[in-house]
Amino acid sequence: MTVPSLLTTADLDRLIRMLADGGYTCVGPALRDGAIVYDEIGGVADLPAGWTDVQDAGRYRLERRGDGALFGYNVGAHSWKKYLFPPAEQLWRIPRATDTIRPLTPPQHPVRHAFIGVRGCDLAAIGIQGRVFGHGEHGDGRYAARRDAAFVVAVNCTMAGGTCFCTSMGTGPAAGPGYDLALTELVDADRHGFVVDAGSERGAALLERLACPAAGDAEIADARARVDETAGRMGRTLATDGLREVLLRQLDSPHWDEVGERCLACANCTLVCPTCFCSSVEDVSDLDGSHAERWRRWDSCFNPGFSHIHGGEVRNSTGARYRQWLTHKLATWHDQFGTSGCVGCGRCVTWCPVGIDLTAEAARLREREDSA
Amino acid sequence: MAAATERACGTSPLLPHAWRVAEAWRETGDVVTLALEPAAGDGACDWQPGQFNMLYAFGVGEVPISVSGGTSRRLLHTIREVGPVTRALGALAPGSIVGLRGPFGTAWPLREARGRDLVIAAGGIGLAPLRALIDTVCRERDAFGQVAVLYGTRSPADQLYGPDLDRWRRAGLQVEMTVDHADVDWRGPVGVVTSLVRRVRSDGQRTTAFLCGPEIMMRFMARELEQAGVADSHVWVSLERNMQCATGHCGHCQLGPVFVCADGPVFAWQHVRRLLTVRAL
Amino acid sequence: MKSLEELIGEHPLLAGFAPAHLALVAGCGSNTHYGPGEFLCRAGQPAQHFFLIRRGTVALELEIPGRGPFRFSTVTAGDVVGWSWLIPPYEWQFDARVLEDVSAIRFDGACLRGKCDADPALGYALMKAFAGVLVKRFMETRLQLIDVYGRRD
Repeated sequence: MTVPSLLTTADLDRLIRMLADGGYTCVGPALRDGAIVYDEIGGVADLPAGWTDVQDAGRYRLERRGDGALFGYNVGAHSWKKYLFPPAEQLWRIPRATDTIRPLTPPQHPVRHAFIGVRGCDLAAIGIQGRVFGHGEHGDGRYAARRDAAFVVAVNCTMAGGTCFCTSMGTGPAAGPGYDLALTELVDADRHGFVVDAGSERGAALLERLACPAAGDAEIADARARVDETAGRMGRTLATDGLREVLLRQLDSPHWDEVGERCLACANCTLVCPTCFCSSVEDVSDLDGSHAERWRRWDSCFNPGFSHIHGGEVRNSTGARYRQWLTHKLATWHDQFGTSGCVGCGRCVTWCPVGIDLTAEAARLREREDSA
Repeated sequence: MAAATERACGTSPLLPHAWRVAEAWRETGDVVTLALEPAAGDGACDWQPGQFNMLYAFGVGEVPISVSGGTSRRLLHTIREVGPVTRALGALAPGSIVGLRGPFGTAWPLREARGRDLVIAAGGIGLAPLRALIDTVCRERDAFGQVAVLYGTRSPADQLYGPDLDRWRRAGLQVEMTVDHADVDWRGPVGVVTSLVRRVRSDGQRTTAFLCGPEIMMRFMARELEQAGVADSHVWVSLERNMQCATGHCGHCQLGPVFVCADGPVFAWQHVRRLLTVRAL
Repeated sequence: MKSLEELIGEHPLLAGFAPAHLALVAGCGSNTHYGPGEFLCRAGQPAQHFFLIRRGTVALELEIPGRGPFRFSTVTAGDVVGWSWLIPPYEWQFDARVLEDVSAIRFDGACLRGKCDADPALGYALMKAFAGVLVKRFMETRLQLIDVYGRRD
């Protein structure tokens, strides 16, 4: 166990540049089009200093904080899954030949990403997707390869957003295992620094190369207190006790169709969700028919055609599709992968255009059962 | 990846491998059987009855098709032409190349049924995933008690595998066929396939049943068998859902907690019966 | 040779009937045989009987003008032909045409109705037995209606 270091903003900038020099493509939060997204960054100057976000069901706004905090906001619509499980990926490309199909794997240029600013909820989500893609007799090794290559700089949250409920899901506000470095931002009128903790050997090695002073007991205690305090300020809560069983008993509830009346089946929730993993393959050929390709693209259980079998859709109503999404996320995910599929990041609540709130719907289903 | 080296039909579960159409013949108006042989000398596919392969028609797409017979180096796939990919596969002439991934999914648990009576019930194209199972039963006829094959189709013209049905009869199986609709020239039974259960001579308590056909048909068949004393733990069904990746990662074939492609397609009725009665699950 | 009472007691329709009831039912029955092409009943005619099929095959058909007979079901050993004897106006609703030599027990409907009226317990037992036959026919007809194997494109 190494002693946490105390970094300045300039030290953090050095850290990012050292990662870039080490061959990592650094990605982190950045301001784009009125939102905080994840994109390539060159250093601290690219981070959304002094900005925060205000979130509620169906609502996301940026505001000025009044200080220079670099991580003083919560998660936006993007998650790290776009780097580890790309939205569109070529699986193979083959030439047409009269005597054989000789599959060619796409050229592998494994990008080594350094993720700067991974929240506890998102770190948990990366772990969950790792289980999903590693699951079964034929695991998909590409996810694991990208994940193993990635360097993770986590951020312990010192503020909770309006749609956050990581404490309910046990994923935050402190980042759990899986990070290489975890930092807690201390920002006050008279100082701005980071208590940084190593979670891996390569994290510890990098920290050593940075050669920053050890954080003092007061700073460590301050950092811990800010994170602990954040745990009590969640905008949402989800009662997970027995939730799987409640939901599986409610498969025939009229409540699903009631949600279906409000839901637009726009698939936003599944696209912003850091654990949703559904995909489709698309087979295409070029115009002269000399080559064919297969692409894998993100899909959503809300999309028409998703559950198609000969004759039509199995899930033929929006209510049925919402039920699939919610019960998969909060109930059958446990059967499949031994965990919940929800990390409490709140994205599905924030980015639902009609403000459907997973925590409220789950609570309502529990109430309906209690009052039945 | 460890899984990659253990592939029977190729090096990666995601990459199709070349198989050649050795023979192709039409079973009925819209059903074709392809006999496939590896295009490369060392290709092989160690499948078991009940499992399926993903067949790829160049540039068109890929569909799951159960293996209906053959050997590891000569695979029979019976395909009903219902969409662009199945039509493209059905139009392939001998010598054509198809892409193949597999085998995937669970097999019929025939070993556990040794010493018992069998009811093997199929509806329509559902006989294809059972054909190889029935052939195995014929080869090991003495390992089983009474064996009844119940087969229902829409009309006499839709019946598959005529010569096989005769062969199974000669091997000592009770083969009963019925059609939903027939003109008066048809000499056989008319009625739904569930009506054949009352002709079965076996003892329900000693019976294992293997069902494949439209989901509704299997539901009613399972119910009929239960009334005849067959325990739901001894009824096995093969389910159809939208299978795309065949490895349990694309999410399309989910039915409640299961991935039909990887956890199935063959399931014990007792494990899925509740799921199948939830509307649009 | 088995008595009529024993024969009908072995038929699935009357399995579980009390011996006294079997005796009453047997009193209205007689063994009968039909050759291929013969009719057990014809639509529109008075329904005076029902049949327990012991052997052979019978097609249930309805003549459709311009199309000929439509065969909606075939029945065989262990099956029952006829419920019209039980329900007014006691008139056959379909044709029952023999496909393969039939041995059956034919029951006189008026005789049985008289015994049922006199012994409601027998009436209830028979009604339950026939309800089972009707429900099964009804379910099978529904399944045929769904046309589970039909193309959907």
